[in-house]
Amino acid sequence: MALSEQDILAGLAEIVAEETGIDAGDVQLDKSFTDDLDIDSLSMMTIVTLAEEKFDVRIPDEEVKNLVTVGDAVSYIAKAQA
Amino acid sequence: MSPTIQINRGAEYSRILGLGVARGERFVTNDEVAGPIESSDEWIRSRTGIVTRVRAEETTSVLDLAERAARDAIAKAGLEPSNIDAVLLSTITYPHLAGAGAPVIADRLGLTVPAHDIRAACAGYCYGIGQADAMVRSGAATNVLVIGAEKLSDFIDPADRSISFLLGDGAGAVVVGPSDFPGIGPTIAGSDGSGAHLVAESNTWLDIKNDRSLPFPTLRQEGPSVFKWASFKMAPVAREAIEKAGLTPEDIDAFIPHQANIRIIEQMVKQIGLPESVVVAKDIADSGNTSAASIPLATERLYRDGAVKSGDIALQIGFGAGLVYAAQVIVLP
Repeated sequence: MALSEQDILAGLAEIVAEETGIDAGDVQLDKSFTDDLDIDSLSMMTIVTLAEEKFDVRIPDEEVKNLVTVGDAVSYIAKAQA
Repeated sequence: MSPTIQINRGAEYSRILGLGVARGERFVTNDEVAGPIESSDEWIRSRTGIVTRVRAEETTSVLDLAERAARDAIAKAGLEPSNIDAVLLSTITYPHLAGAGAPVIADRLGLTVPAHDIRAACAGYCYGIGQADAMVRSGAATNVLVIGAEKLSDFIDPADRSISFLLGDGAGAVVVGPSDFPGIGPTIAGSDGSGAHLVAESNTWLDIKNDRSLPFPTLRQEGPSVFKWASFKMAPVAREAIEKAGLTPEDIDAFIPHQANIRIIEQMVKQIGLPESVVVAKDIADSGNTSAASIPLATERLYRDGAVKSGDIALQIGFGAGLVYAAQVIVLP
């Protein structure tokens, strides 16, 4: 069953918190991974890989640059699950 | 009745008899490489774990490094060059199209034995160990000289932000020979040529033939994609190498992965599920990424630091351009 965007955000926030030490509560839809959360390209790849496993979706490497905000990632995962 | 062909019989087991190394002569700091890529010591350290990389002098060739490591390895094995009956050289930086570097090394050692190069980039040393193990146990050879040697600084672009600033020069060599106990576990190896473009040269020799205005080819990589592949796809390979050797992660004394990036190494440790008791090689900090030479160089560093001793069990894994990978569990010489 596909998860709601709220569930995806919560799951993604957990992954980001685990990988970077950022408080899960700070991982909001409008936050930019690089500018607001200070996540570099290698941490981003780790987060993407862990999200692929957690949500059972595939996020091609060339898509990652388009995931600018947390909201972009949540929408992508939601669409990929559908 | 037709005659039966006679075949060789090899040793029951093989092991690494001795390890030798040669590092580039110069320590190159982050400050020295940061300028042309508009970076900083702090950025390079946090992204890669590299503090310095070793590079060879202009006049030192990749074969000079290989020969130094080879002579050291043969001496450490308690052998003479005349005891070597095959030479395998893993390198991607021997700058010739036709002849391989291994026969030249054999000649420098006064040998006319079978000699060829292995072109498996950062996995080359582990490919070599796997081949040498098979040669010794099949009777194709008694003592095989395996060398991983690179002079990557010949193929870097100071303005390239993807890989050049990581790279160093060096060589590591071992002699693989007969043993009365199993010293090299099954080699788990493979490839994924669909990722050939992820680590490659800026342009090929034919590109340059067709457009003479193109620059000399230097190395490039798609860093984040390679990071993802190495950090997550290599852990199952490493676990299989442990399993096929009949061991568990708790049996491993030292983990000696290819020294590509400290963050790959740390993620691999997590993904493999290695216990905290395992010593993890982190020579990347001082030597940089030396491709086929990095695993033997990192091994030598562990001895020098007193972190491992002869008889310890090490898990080693190489992975890189190709894409190719290989892993095995070994008993340290």
